[in-house]
Amino acid sequence: MGGKTFTREQRTPIVQGMLAFVLILVVIQLWLLTATMNAYLGGDDAIVLPAAAASVLCLSLNAGLLLYLRRLERQA
Amino acid sequence: MATPVPERETITLAPDGRPADQQPAWRQDFPIDSPQDQYVERRDFVKFLTLTSLAFVVGQLWIVAQSWRRRRRVPAGAKRIASLSEISIGGSLVFDYPAEHDSSVLVRLAESEFVAFSQKCTHLSCAVVPKPAEGVFHCPCHEGLFDLRTGRVLAGPPPRPLPRVLVEVHDGEIYATGVTTGGA
Repeated sequence: MGGKTFTREQRTPIVQGMLAFVLILVVIQLWLLTATMNAYLGGDDAIVLPAAAASVLCLSLNAGLLLYLRRLERQA
Repeated sequence: MATPVPERETITLAPDGRPADQQPAWRQDFPIDSPQDQYVERRDFVKFLTLTSLAFVVGQLWIVAQSWRRRRRVPAGAKRIASLSEISIGGSLVFDYPAEHDSSVLVRLAESEFVAFSQKCTHLSCAVVPKPAEGVFHCPCHEGLFDLRTGRVLAGPPPRPLPRVLVEVHDGEIYATGVTTGGA
């Protein structure tokens, strides 16, 4: 990251790549939520905590990318 | 002397990339910076998806809280359902267990063989109907079928087996002693 500044033309592909990555993570979270709910309703509690931890990890990645994007815009 | 080239960001670009004087009059009157527009759209979509991601985490934490509450719940004690004389072989009886409004159904399969399951279909909670002659519980809402002895899903949309109510017989009385939801 450093102090390198990007023009808008350079930032557009960055935000597009970010968008693709975030989209994949959100789809994974959706799958996690449905699978966990199904397991929980079926009486299986063992998967609940690991699934929540994985979902929090996905959120932190998404939030990190968003913060990186804001930093890029501030530097521009 | 060359005129200074403005910064890329300050130029208003049309979607077709042609210069402003070649654009139709309406676009000259209401110019849109197309690349900037695309950039902002994608950036805002990333923000929206991050918010969605947060919503999924909230959902996961809600399941964790529910799971924790379920594990802390005191197991329902034994409850008398009926006496042996009240239910004939091949007959069934609806009773409330473990809580007051949790409908369950008891089926007498043989002289000393009983099974009991929650009456709520695991699809959309319709009441299942025991059909001992066919060996199934039938859900009339969406044609779900469960095995009468095990509660296992045989057909239709239900995703899970019926929760089983444990049954014991003492001194001619039938008691419900617990519920298992882990499948038959």
